[in-house]
Amino acid sequence: MSAVTAKVRYADVSDGEELKPWTYDVQRLNLVMYAGASGDFNPIHWNEPFAKAVGLPDVISHGMFTMAKIGQYVTDWAGDPGAVTRFKTRFTSPVVVPNDAGNRVTVSGKVAKKLGGNRVLIELAGAVGDTNVGAAEAEVELA
Amino acid sequence: MPLNKALIGKEYPASEAYEVGREKIRDFATAIGDFNPIYHDQGAAKAAGYPDIIAPPTFLTTIGFKFGPQVVGDPDLGLNYAMVVHGEQEFELLRPVRPGDVLVGKPKIAGITARGKNEFMTYEASIETASGEKVAVARSVIVSRGTAPQEG
Repeated sequence: MSAVTAKVRYADVSDGEELKPWTYDVQRLNLVMYAGASGDFNPIHWNEPFAKAVGLPDVISHGMFTMAKIGQYVTDWAGDPGAVTRFKTRFTSPVVVPNDAGNRVTVSGKVAKKLGGNRVLIELAGAVGDTNVGAAEAEVELA
Repeated sequence: MPLNKALIGKEYPASEAYEVGREKIRDFATAIGDFNPIYHDQGAAKAAGYPDIIAPPTFLTTIGFKFGPQVVGDPDLGLNYAMVVHGEQEFELLRPVRPGDVLVGKPKIAGITARGKNEFMTYEASIETASGEKVAVARSVIVSRGTAPQEG
């Protein structure tokens, strides 16, 4: 198994327990860096005239960048990135990233179910204001 | 035009190999703004019980660019990439990816369904080392906007 040193103990969590929400800011620079590091050079993520020409309000974040940030939230909570054994995200709405203002995403989560064998199912969500941008779940192996 | 459902179940050959590099993991972690020392510092990773730094869970997306194109670009599928958005992504992680891994993806089309005006294609890939150790499964749902067969 992959969990080495999860900091959260299975015995200490309970079904329905909410994790402390967290926010991150996303700017155009983040998208340019993500394009380079991931290999996803779709111009909707960096070229504003192109994004608008295909009907988007502005440049939008890579969905996988959003998933990466939700992943950071759950690995920071668990204390060990290797403790995440399954991770799924449904992209429900784009994160629009205007040139100067950027955007702010709030990530929240809860322990949906203790699965036995020290594994828990965490339900996660990303939101911009009242709009859900990602619905995620992760299975994590706790200490 | 609707996607070709005859391709459901089609398996594709193993992709070109992707060799995971230590600096690439660091670059990726930096690009997502995640400075967890286990992604950056070998000493910290070893202290946590790993042989080397490990990659963040979504690092596998970089490897997806090795095996994804042969599916989404399959001329028999009839997908217009300009109409595509990423609907859903899932990774089953059997162990963390680490430097030195030489990985191939073996994709197959798992399903094509229609809902409303859109079609949803699911493809999944087993991600394995050169020696056949399965490291992860990646499952992607892509939305083909406006191509669902319309009644009447």
